[in-house]
Amino acid sequence: MTDAFTLERRRRALHGWLLLSPALIMLATFAFYPSLATVITSLWSRGTRRNPAEFIGLENYRYLFDDPTFWQVVSNNLFYAAVTIPVSMALALVMALWANARIPARSFIRTAYFTPTVLPMIAAANLWLFFYTPSFGILNQIGALFGAGPVNWLGQPDTALWAICVMTIWKEAGFFMVFYLAALQTIPPDLQEAAEIEGASRWTYTRRIVLPLLMPTTLFILVNAMINSVKLIDHLFILTKGGPSDSSKLILYYIWENAFAFFDRPSAAAMTVLVLLLLGALAAFQFLVLDRRVHYR
Amino acid sequence: MSFLTLDGVTRQWKGQGGVQGISLALPRGEFLSILGPSGCGKSTLLRLIAGLEQPQAGRIVIDGRDVTALPASARNLSMVFQSYALFPHLSVAENVIFGLKVRRVGRAEREQRLAEVLTMTGLDGLERRKPSELSGGQRQRVALARAAVAERPLCLMDEPLSNLDARLRHSVRRDIRDLARKLGLTVVYVTHDQGEAMSLSNTVVLMQDGRVEQVGTPSDLYSRPATTFAAQFIGEPPMSLIEGPALGYPDEVTVGIRPENVRLAAAGGGDLDTVVADIEFLGGDTRLELDQSAARGLAVMLPGAAHIGIGETVGVTIPEENRLLFNSVTGKLEKEPQQNPKARNRQIPAPEDGQKAPPSPKTVKEDL
Repeated sequence: MTDAFTLERRRRALHGWLLLSPALIMLATFAFYPSLATVITSLWSRGTRRNPAEFIGLENYRYLFDDPTFWQVVSNNLFYAAVTIPVSMALALVMALWANARIPARSFIRTAYFTPTVLPMIAAANLWLFFYTPSFGILNQIGALFGAGPVNWLGQPDTALWAICVMTIWKEAGFFMVFYLAALQTIPPDLQEAAEIEGASRWTYTRRIVLPLLMPTTLFILVNAMINSVKLIDHLFILTKGGPSDSSKLILYYIWENAFAFFDRPSAAAMTVLVLLLLGALAAFQFLVLDRRVHYR
Repeated sequence: MSFLTLDGVTRQWKGQGGVQGISLALPRGEFLSILGPSGCGKSTLLRLIAGLEQPQAGRIVIDGRDVTALPASARNLSMVFQSYALFPHLSVAENVIFGLKVRRVGRAEREQRLAEVLTMTGLDGLERRKPSELSGGQRQRVALARAAVAERPLCLMDEPLSNLDARLRHSVRRDIRDLARKLGLTVVYVTHDQGEAMSLSNTVVLMQDGRVEQVGTPSDLYSRPATTFAAQFIGEPPMSLIEGPALGYPDEVTVGIRPENVRLAAAGGGDLDTVVADIEFLGGDTRLELDQSAARGLAVMLPGAAHIGIGETVGVTIPEENRLLFNSVTGKLEKEPQQNPKARNRQIPAPEDGQKAPPSPKTVKEDL
């Protein structure tokens, strides 16, 4: 009797593990192990043939904090996030509200807004390289019509990071718009009619009903935008390579440089760990604190 | 002087659906039901009155003011939606006073009106709940409270009970009527349930295919249906229709008879011989469904339990004085039941509620 029972229980357990294993194996191989390895690497010195790597504790981190370029890159990235996230989200919301309204050529507008997202980042960056090119780039040609002198948008420290921001906003807003659009379409039209009968203006309806109902989406987009502000660097390779004089260098690009251009893997690992910690803290804050204030249906 | 007047209102989509040339007049304080099968245009008509749709032709006048071109917010009316349309992120109290806040009603007055209306709808103690934490009946009450707190003379209701179970439907139905009476509201109520329409309203507008089929008091519609459509739509069970020749009438006549007027007789001893197709015991009485090649929906109500088996042949008598004669081509009523005071004074077995429709003068004119 017991045997059959035990057998059945084992069979079920096996079944469960089999179902779990694909995800478990993938995550372990490509997420958990690399993270752990990174942490370990960051605690060891850089090994050469003569000096094998040795355990140096937090030395790599101290070295990093003394590196002015690191702080420059961090402040660049904070600026980049502070500009691109709010602007692209606000744009996305406005575009979604517009594309959700009853207007002619609605599907054309939606497609047009979404196009930048479909383009590969590298292709988009090449496009913008042409916009930004001094003298015969589109921006300067338009400027010339109004008598403005040529500006080397990507070539001077004052404008390079702004140029990167503008391109990122262009790329991201359409993507976020799709989420807002999907959320808007789940709001029953009755609510607008009910508000209309109560005498609410379009603006009141948007502010009092639509925006609160979009909060879960906004939170989701915020998480994504924050991750993207650290993750998306493809365009740097085409547009500026972090220059001039590190003015447009973002943290992931700097990590890449350290790891694969300077072959300083421990520094790169230390920075990666810091980025992971920051993103982890952000995620925890968003899901534990902000989530409670958001209405989910 | 009528309070709500529709004059030749038409709204169609690509020449079909919608409503066509609807004209109505409704005095203040009346309870009007718009009744009809789904797709007959009754919701469209309500949305036209509300201002959520614009008519292509015709005029809508509310309280002596032509509102045809005015937006919904300027028409001074409230509305209860089929889906309730409660704001899911707002609490009960916030939902109810949403409109007052929008219209900048002072805080003290807002609170007072909220308290009043919550008591009236039995929602005391639920102020802080979100709609998702309420039962269907409670949500319905919130929707009613939101309409009531606006204190507007005209209230439109779009199938407000269709998402409730049968038991709740009864109690909320009573609440709606009480509320309307207490606040002196003029109500336009859309429903596809003839029981609701008959028990709630002073006047029923029966619609089919975007047109008005018949307008009248519930008892009018029950005892003098203008067409075979009305005869078969009103009443539970509906009127039975019998081909004229089976009862000795000419070909172009269809005879209508209410099941409660049909009498059983011995086989061969009545007007028609029929076969018992189904027996339904309803408690107080029993309904027999009868099969007859010349009749549609023939049934008879017997008091108490019946001692007849399915498949037996029985005769039925169709009393002369209760027969309604319809033209079988046009479907129009040609001859009313003969004046028989006894028959006319019968109480209308008002569906479900046991509520007798209030006898009121014919208040709605129809000029199609």
